[in-house]
Amino acid sequence: MSIFVDDTTKVVYQGLTGSQGRFYGRLNREYGTQVVAGTNPKKAGTDVDGIPVFANVAEAVEATGANASCVFIPAPGVKDAVIDAAAGGVEFIVVITEGVPMHDEAWFFNELRRDYPNVRLLGPNCPGIISPGLCNIGITAGHIAKAGGPVGIVSRSGTLTYQALYELAQQDIGVTTCVGIGGDPVPGTSFIDCLEAFDADPDTKAVMMIGEIGGSAEEEAAAYIKAEMSKPVVVYIAGVTAPPGKKMGHAGAIVSGGKGTAQAKMDALRDAGAKVGLNPTAAGALMVDVVAQL
Amino acid sequence: MDLFEYQGKQLFAGYGIPVSPGGAAETVDEAVAVADRIGYPVVVKAQVHVGGRGKAGGIQLAADVDECRRHAAAILGMTIKGHVVGLVWIEQASDIAREYYASFTLDRSAKTHLGLLSAQGGIDIEEVAATSPDAIARIHVDPVEGLTPARCEAWVDEARLDPEARADTVEILHQLWRCYEEADADLVEVNPLILTTDGVVRALDAKVTLDGNAVFRHPDYQEYEETQPRDAREQEAFHKGLQYVGLDGTVGVIANGAGLAMSTVDVVNEVGGQPANFLDIGGGANADVMAGALEVINHDPKVHAILINIFGGITKGEEVATGIVQALERVTIESPIVIRLDGTNADQGRAILQPHLSDRLRLEPTMLDAARTAVQLAGKAG
Repeated sequence: MSIFVDDTTKVVYQGLTGSQGRFYGRLNREYGTQVVAGTNPKKAGTDVDGIPVFANVAEAVEATGANASCVFIPAPGVKDAVIDAAAGGVEFIVVITEGVPMHDEAWFFNELRRDYPNVRLLGPNCPGIISPGLCNIGITAGHIAKAGGPVGIVSRSGTLTYQALYELAQQDIGVTTCVGIGGDPVPGTSFIDCLEAFDADPDTKAVMMIGEIGGSAEEEAAAYIKAEMSKPVVVYIAGVTAPPGKKMGHAGAIVSGGKGTAQAKMDALRDAGAKVGLNPTAAGALMVDVVAQL
Repeated sequence: MDLFEYQGKQLFAGYGIPVSPGGAAETVDEAVAVADRIGYPVVVKAQVHVGGRGKAGGIQLAADVDECRRHAAAILGMTIKGHVVGLVWIEQASDIAREYYASFTLDRSAKTHLGLLSAQGGIDIEEVAATSPDAIARIHVDPVEGLTPARCEAWVDEARLDPEARADTVEILHQLWRCYEEADADLVEVNPLILTTDGVVRALDAKVTLDGNAVFRHPDYQEYEETQPRDAREQEAFHKGLQYVGLDGTVGVIANGAGLAMSTVDVVNEVGGQPANFLDIGGGANADVMAGALEVINHDPKVHAILINIFGGITKGEEVATGIVQALERVTIESPIVIRLDGTNADQGRAILQPHLSDRLRLEPTMLDAARTAVQLAGKAG
């Protein structure tokens, strides 16, 4: 089992004809992902290595039965691409593109929440999602992950996600699904969405969570873990010694009320019963202990 | 990117938000010229990207040309919380009856925009927020719906502003919202928003943070990027297009990915060292980027050891190793280098580095080992 994506997921790549889309679309297909279509309004009717290209997501869905999309469109076009995907009928949209303006993200997040409540958005600015052995959507190097379980991973950081997958594989520990939620201000999928899904997934027995300084998503996850989560959670938070970032006027301080530092996040998560590693290796070692005791 | 007050006020003025007449000056003579033009009394205000200017003596009232000259001379060159004042804003003095507070920013938790409005604005607004939260009226604004006039009126009523200020404030909040949205701001804040003794409402300060990701639709923002305060190292990194933040320590840090770079800085601290910087070279880690990163660190006189921490994902270990070797052929590095290379094809990568290894170029198996060695080398050299 896995969360959000598996071997039945059929993916349309928006921006398949661009250099990034083509490169990762091929890699994902080699991994075993059902890469069924691409979109580009100017190149409809052509193909990329046999993958048919359509004018929009609706036509791709109609012709191929795609139920997910992966967006490699440059930042200025992401807002339209997300709505094209939701209106086209896919249920899961992964936006890899970085550099999307905050106001665009806030707009399409709320537009989806209101008009397409059944659509799940992942990203923007994320590495994507991999259910090892079943499906890999995005830019994660699939071969560094060991399939199976019992660990689920959710992370705000790209390279630290790879690091976590790698360290677990070195210890011969498998992963059900690894979700990179990205570090942007308005992530489509939150830590809590993933914790909830992992808690409900019978094959996931423990969760590795990788957070970063800034915002209050980790504190909110801590409250969820304390109140709802039945499975053990191991955490690493990057940025313990990062210099205090530029303060966002008084509004930032009024809104955050002291949240956002790595220390505040680690304290909240420890208080919620999670095990916190001070560096990625220490977190990996904690997970080895947790898995040994399952 | 943060704007200076004068840039924020010019932006506000473009959206019809009333601000006091004024001008920016880099020298005392320029300051006097501005003051002579707009008429005394004037306020001389330090332009820096930190709060607490007033308390530091960076805002002074000048009744005449002599006072203007004296204050401008004192403030230009002054250091406020580590920021040297290179520019002052001279504006017409205001007769303040009341000070309010208004802002828009993103509420990350609610994933909608948040407006804050208070009748108790001024320098102690954060204390007001902490001790009497009811004194701040909050509204969430759905980005799809926007801010409607009716909600804006109800918001101003809820904040209990003085009756004579309400109609103007409703209008200003509308313009401020439009500015926040259309100018792609992460933050617009007016503190204080004043009511003058003759019943006029206007923005006496402007704190604006613009979204660097939105520059593609605001080509004129390039100018703001150029005026961001950076030290010499940060300026060099900016021109090379590197994600660099200067710190004060002796261990130069290069990593691929923001999370890994942040983590590397943490680990250097954890093993007792002091990082000199945060530097993320992104996923690719090719020779050009690596050479540029090494040059920036090489120019930092405090650096006594360099830690390169690379995790190969899609980019394979041998490509990264080749990039490092090529970069080292192009740049002469003064400090010893410690490399940790892991991930995809790390063995092949390490094999490529092997013949180049020496006391000055070391390879360590893990992030912790590499950090320990780098900190030790930095300590010896220091």
